[in-house]
Formats: sequence, C-alpha cells, structure tokens
Amino acid sequence: MDTTTKKIVLPGEEIDLQGMKQGNGIYHENGKYYAYQLGMLQFYNNYVNLIPLSGKYYPVKNDKVIGKVIDIAPSFWILDIKGPYPGFLHINDTPWKSGSGELNKIMNTGDTVFAKVNEITESKQIWLSLKDNGLRKLEGGHIVSVQPTKVSRIIGKGGSMVNMIKEITGVKIQLGQNGIVWIDGEPDKVLLVIKILKFIEDQAHTSGLTERVKEILEKAR
Amino acid sequence: MEMMIMSRSSDEIVYGLKRDYLEKISSGGNRIDGRKFDEYREIKITTNFVTRAEGSADVRLGNTRVLVGVKIEQGEPFPDTPNSGILTTNAELIPMASPTFESGPPNEDSIELARVVDRAIRESKMIDLDKLVITPGEKVWVVFIDIHVLDYDGNLIDASTIGAVSALLEAKVPASKVGQEDFQLPINHIPVMVTMAKIGSNIMVDPSLEEEEVATARISVATDENGDLVAMQKGLSGSFTVEEIFKAVDTSIEIGKDFRKRVFGR
Repeated sequence: MDTTTKKIVLPGEEIDLQGMKQGNGIYHENGKYYAYQLGMLQFYNNYVNLIPLSGKYYPVKNDKVIGKVIDIAPSFWILDIKGPYPGFLHINDTPWKSGSGELNKIMNTGDTVFAKVNEITESKQIWLSLKDNGLRKLEGGHIVSVQPTKVSRIIGKGGSMVNMIKEITGVKIQLGQNGIVWIDGEPDKVLLVIKILKFIEDQAHTSGLTERVKEILEKAR
Repeated sequence: MEMMIMSRSSDEIVYGLKRDYLEKISSGGNRIDGRKFDEYREIKITTNFVTRAEGSADVRLGNTRVLVGVKIEQGEPFPDTPNSGILTTNAELIPMASPTFESGPPNEDSIELARVVDRAIRESKMIDLDKLVITPGEKVWVVFIDIHVLDYDGNLIDASTIGAVSALLEAKVPASKVGQEDFQLPINHIPVMVTMAKIGSNIMVDPSLEEEEVATARISVATDENGDLVAMQKGLSGSFTVEEIFKAVDTSIEIGKDFRKRVFGR
C-alpha cells in the first residue's frame, strides 16, 4: 500500500503496518494489528497512527483544555472537560489562595477555565493545573464546541490556520484540545468564526483547506 | 440544594460567560446566529412521512426536528360530550434527541409540550369534533396526535405545533372501516403558535437551544386566522411586563398571518 495516500479504516479492520511501529488507535491480537475505531491511517516517523474521524476527548498529560465548573469540593473544583471522566482542579494548582476556604467565592458553577492536564493517575483521576503561561479563568467572550479530533486541523501546521483566522477577523480565539473553543470579538466577526470552525470540521479530511478558508474570510471582509 | 446540583448532568449547567455574551449582544440588537429578533429559523415540512398513519409530518426548524403522527381510531365518547369526537395529544422526548433527555415515564417538559400543543389545537376549534360522530353517544372517532422529538435544538413548542397542524391538515378519517367513505378530517381554523424568549431585557422569537439555556422567561402565544388569541403559555421563572405581553401578542398575530400563507398555504 502506498504510504502517502490516506486510507479510511473501519473498527476491527486488519492493518498492514509494513514494518513500521504500532501507534495510536491500533490494537494487537494473535500477531495481527487491527483498528480500534473508524478513522484515517497516518504513516509518520516510522509509526502507523489511526486518526479517528470523530469521538470523545481522551485526556493526555500536558494537553491544554477548556473546562466548565460543574461542582465544588472543599479544596478543589470539579470540571467538565468533555472527557470520559471529570477533571479536578485543586486550589494549590491555581494562582489563588483559599483564605476563607470557600472556593465558590473564587469560581462558581458555570465558570470557565483554560487549564492544563497536569496528571492522570492510575485510577484515571484527571488533575488539572492553572500554573503555566496563558492559563487562566476565562472572562467575556463566547463558547462553542467542535469535534475534539478536528482541533489539530483548526490549529493547522504550526498554528497557521488559527493565526490566519485571528489575523483577518481580529477575534480572540482560545482552543482547548478537548474541542471547546473560546471566542471573543465583535458579534458579526464571532458569527463568521463559528461558521469557519464548522466549515473546517466538515472539511477536515480534505486538502487545501487553509487556502479555501482564506478565500471565505477574504470574501467576508 | 447541594443534592440538586449533584444530580444535575453537566450538560445542564450553562457556561456563565455564554449567558453574559448572549445578553451583551442582544442589547446591541444581535442574536448568536445572526437572526433578527422577529426572525424564525428555516422551516422544512415533509407531510405523509409515515404512510401507515392517517396523517403525519416531519418538521425541521433549524436543527430541531420533530415527527408528528396522527392516528384516527374508533372509540367511546366521553359521557358529557356524547355527540363529539375526541382529541388527545402525547409527546415523547426520546434520549436520542438530546443528552439531557432521559428515558422513562413522561416528565414535566414532555407533559407541558403535549398540553400546550393540545391547547392551541383544541381551543382554536381547529378540528370540527362534532363531525366525528359515528353513532351518537356510542361510537366516535378519536384523533391521537403523537409528537416525537428527534433532534432538540430549541423551540419544541412551535416545531411540534407546526407538525401537528400540518399532519391534521393532511389527515383522512378512515371511515371505510365502518362502511362509509374515507373523508378529509374536517378543519375549521388554523392556529399558529409563536414562542418567544426573554434574554436580558430583549424578547426574541423562535429561541435556539443556546438561547433557551440562558433565557429568563418564555412565552408562547397561539392565534387563529381572525387574529384571535386562542392559547397562551408562560414558562421559566423570569417575568414579563404588561407591555411586553401585549407586544408578544402583536408579534404572534403578525407571524401567524405570514405562516398561514407561507408555511400552510392557506
């Protein structure tokens, strides 16, 4: 099989690794390799990876995600990060001090943070942190969600896609690896960015996307 | 209180900044999807969607989708109305339509939906129930309206009412089962329901799911072709001023006129 073309595989379909190593989304049984889910095969750096076409977000250490506070415990917040388990944010992993011990005075349910996945324990507890550059509680702006698997396409090579959208529209964008996107700007520009995001989501598997997005943006200007 | 928060699913907790953003842009006359305050989403109706039903309609209102079926069967009249047919309405919010819908017995929302749609049809006297008698006092036609929500993206009340009215307009009474000729369900009036949501101090028609999530109050007004008010329902915990209610009624009459022509072709 040609390794430069993209091949779509079905769950359970046998995969020929062609001497390369087993990457993400592929399992090994009785000496053969199979696909975990519906997705596209990618041959890269001597690894075969399966890029899922859709799916839930699976947290990975150091991912930057956008989470919503859904509950408050005595010393940490519980956040919905659109993953299989909730995320926990301990007060010690934030720039704030818990003087009175009442966390709801700092952040309440419904508040939104841009956080980093700090640690995933063996029992799948996901601990988040706000201690890094740019991590913060998000204020103002709007929230939309996209397929987590399409986030890398929205970012583009070295951030080319998202930077172009920011530059042309003048809208502030913060992307979470979990598919939650924070947008702030003029209402009509925000509307345009939402349309662009949906367009990229739909067309993620096609090539020459950056050019077509640029065309739409230029036309709308 | 603590228990209540625990039992709420994370999908039901609204992003606080989304609420702030929608309120902020509405004060500038904008909506999140670029519509005007009195503008509906695109409506697509496919009637006769279920061929085995006496009437049916598949309605898409933006990304909201409902399927309404009408079955007409023989039954006994109520003792206090021996010379009238019977109308009954039921709504199902199936889990497939939204992560916040649960399977099981009908909940508050599905009961409200069925009752509000039923009220618009019943109180407008849309169906001439007196013509649905087979044997006075013994046997009449029973009209069942079944509303199935397939995709939830806001404003189920209007989508379901449009679906119910479209399905009834197409419905045929299967009178051949009692040795008569099948006939079109007798229709007197066409009610149109218009639902509005209040966000900040602004009122907008046909709220999307995002708008419903942050709305403080909701009002549905149904009118008939004479511009008469036939049904009303107020929802959520917020309030309306008297002026806002009058404005809502005027809006409903205006949109009703347009809908009867454009959507129902009458």
